[in-house]
Amino acid sequence: MQRIIKDDQVVDETWHLLSKDATLDGLSNCDDLLVPLALWLDHAHALKARDGGLGVWLDSDEEVELIANDLQHFQVIALNFPVFSDGRHYSSARLLRDRYGFKGEIRAIGDVLRDQLFFMKRCGFDAFAVREDRDPYEALESLKDFSEVYQPATDQPLPLFRRRQAQG
Amino acid sequence: MYIYDEYDQRIVEERVKQFRDQTRRYLAGELSDPEFLPLRLQNGLYVQRYAPMLRVANPYGLVSSRQMRKLAFIAREYDKGYAHFSTRQNIQFNWPSLEDVPDILAHLAEVQKHAIQTSGNCIRNTTTDEFAGVAADELVDPRPWCEIIRQWSTFHPEFAYLPRKFKIAVNGAVEDRAATGVHDIGLHVVKNEAGEIGFTVLVGGGLGRTPIVGSVIREFLPWEHLLTYLDAVLRVYNRYGRRDNKFKARIKILVKALTPAVFGEKVEAEWEHTKDGPGTLTAEEVERVAAHFTAPAYETFAGDDNDYLAKRQSEKGFNNWAMRNVHPHKVPGYAAVTLSLKPTAVAPGDITDQQMDAVADLADRYSFGEIRVTHQQNLVLADIRQSDLYELWQVCRELGFATPNIGLLTDIICCPGGDFCSLANAKSIPIAEAIQRTFDDLDYLHDIGELDLNISGCMNACGHHHVGHIGVLGVDKKGAEFYQVSLGGDSGRNAVIGQILGPSFAAEQMPTVIQNVIGVYLNSRTPEEQFIDTYQRIGMAPFKERVYATNN
Repeated sequence: MQRIIKDDQVVDETWHLLSKDATLDGLSNCDDLLVPLALWLDHAHALKARDGGLGVWLDSDEEVELIANDLQHFQVIALNFPVFSDGRHYSSARLLRDRYGFKGEIRAIGDVLRDQLFFMKRCGFDAFAVREDRDPYEALESLKDFSEVYQPATDQPLPLFRRRQAQG
Repeated sequence: MYIYDEYDQRIVEERVKQFRDQTRRYLAGELSDPEFLPLRLQNGLYVQRYAPMLRVANPYGLVSSRQMRKLAFIAREYDKGYAHFSTRQNIQFNWPSLEDVPDILAHLAEVQKHAIQTSGNCIRNTTTDEFAGVAADELVDPRPWCEIIRQWSTFHPEFAYLPRKFKIAVNGAVEDRAATGVHDIGLHVVKNEAGEIGFTVLVGGGLGRTPIVGSVIREFLPWEHLLTYLDAVLRVYNRYGRRDNKFKARIKILVKALTPAVFGEKVEAEWEHTKDGPGTLTAEEVERVAAHFTAPAYETFAGDDNDYLAKRQSEKGFNNWAMRNVHPHKVPGYAAVTLSLKPTAVAPGDITDQQMDAVADLADRYSFGEIRVTHQQNLVLADIRQSDLYELWQVCRELGFATPNIGLLTDIICCPGGDFCSLANAKSIPIAEAIQRTFDDLDYLHDIGELDLNISGCMNACGHHHVGHIGVLGVDKKGAEFYQVSLGGDSGRNAVIGQILGPSFAAEQMPTVIQNVIGVYLNSRTPEEQFIDTYQRIGMAPFKERVYATNN
């Protein structure tokens, strides 16, 4: 079983990630499923009627605006990094949190490596499916790379200059 | 100059620790080459033709004497005793070993320096006018704004993996000495009619394969909104910039595809959501940062120094230097001085460790301990008493800094080229040297007048060839190194991309080609014209005719 990082801890993975071309055929009723965006857009009604948990995953070229009105149906939104250097979903996560107020889990999937986790967390990711050939326990270390930051972001809405002032 | 507080210092020290661990994991085989690549690039570390190259940030070109001595130490201990100033006002070490880089970064952190985001697809070092704070034509001092942008951009979590590199320049003077028109974002600090400070925002300028001059998307952005507005521009770019083709990934391609007007609308729509949010700047913060850039303890002088003026009359060599390398200062009795790093037969922008130590001493002795790096790859001492100029000139001559060629044909902007860089199609330094040797008569050089000659070894345009009055681009022609010449570029307030003269030339033809171009100008100019004025009046045809008539 894959283990993922959730809220700064390594936990067992319980969700099933469906491939991009998945259909409704033979879909389990009770499992917790992460469905591709296309399946959700085509079959929202059927997916909502299931008993198991529901999440959706977006590829790096799929925009969060497409699910902005559906967020209450998802426990998890997974954002896929086809390669770790494709940075679009850093903005996606911030929009989901800061603009659309998503409170559920935002999970990084795909080419997820420890040296990007600190920035991801700042942008609102709280779960990381670190690439399977890497050790998630070691990856935890990188969440602590910096103890201070300049910019406001999802994890710290006040920029350093406002906190400096508060202390000064 | 900005001095780190405990927060700034901690962030830089934690970066050293982080990179030390990343390097360890890379050397242990835990990080693959492609995984380590963006990590090392975002720390300024390239793997070059012969060795790694480490680019260290000089934020908006400022270096203290203490920092300069540390750079000299690094050149001596970890390199071959010299370093290179780049057109981004940064400094490059060409021969450090990868294993030593974490230690070098630790040395830098001791003097509040770093290599953060000096390369990679992220927000790079912000650049500005080398005469910021002292220029007679300055409207608003850009340095506090540059530092505010530096802090905002440092480890910005959302914009560490942009489609491509991202460069911001800030100008606060009448003349644009920061080349803002050819940056991803160009900012002009201005005052509106009510005297309030704000920014005119240009986006989508750039050189490289598709040279474009940026477009204004906002005439006046009140200062407090600077960072939220920059966030909005970057977010639109991060989401919609092309990632399928490296050569079409800069923001200029997106701005062009959408049109500047539509791009601007997208930015405004995005900004609506974050405007007035916690990222809005406060007067307290601007004052805190600006307090680091107050005027030094100038002495009071009634006006120009008479002895200085008299010496200019009596000594031709001194006068030549004063004409080119001494610049007006807003404070009476003071001047800014450019130390030329362009003597003939030295790679433009190169400096030895001993020279760096000497510059630090000069800065301490004459200029309040501060040095500026220019995007033309020279150094500036910004606050010199006019009464010290003669003595300074004499010392500079001994040190090799007194070449009186600032702004002239031999003050060439030049990238490291094929001698060092693995991207280059052709060598650039030997071309610069051959041209400098051809134009070694000082009176002739001064007579030719102001002329920007810029050389790049490849399309990436690190030598800014597109905006040189004369631009030279190294190209590959069936495996041989050739050079394409362009004319009429300009990096100033009315930035223009130069036009290509015609088919490219072999290296040995280049001095003659430049001589012919200059010949046409000298024959055609009116008494008040500089090269660029003559070119704009008479156009390309006469130059083309002369150059190709001779070469055929």
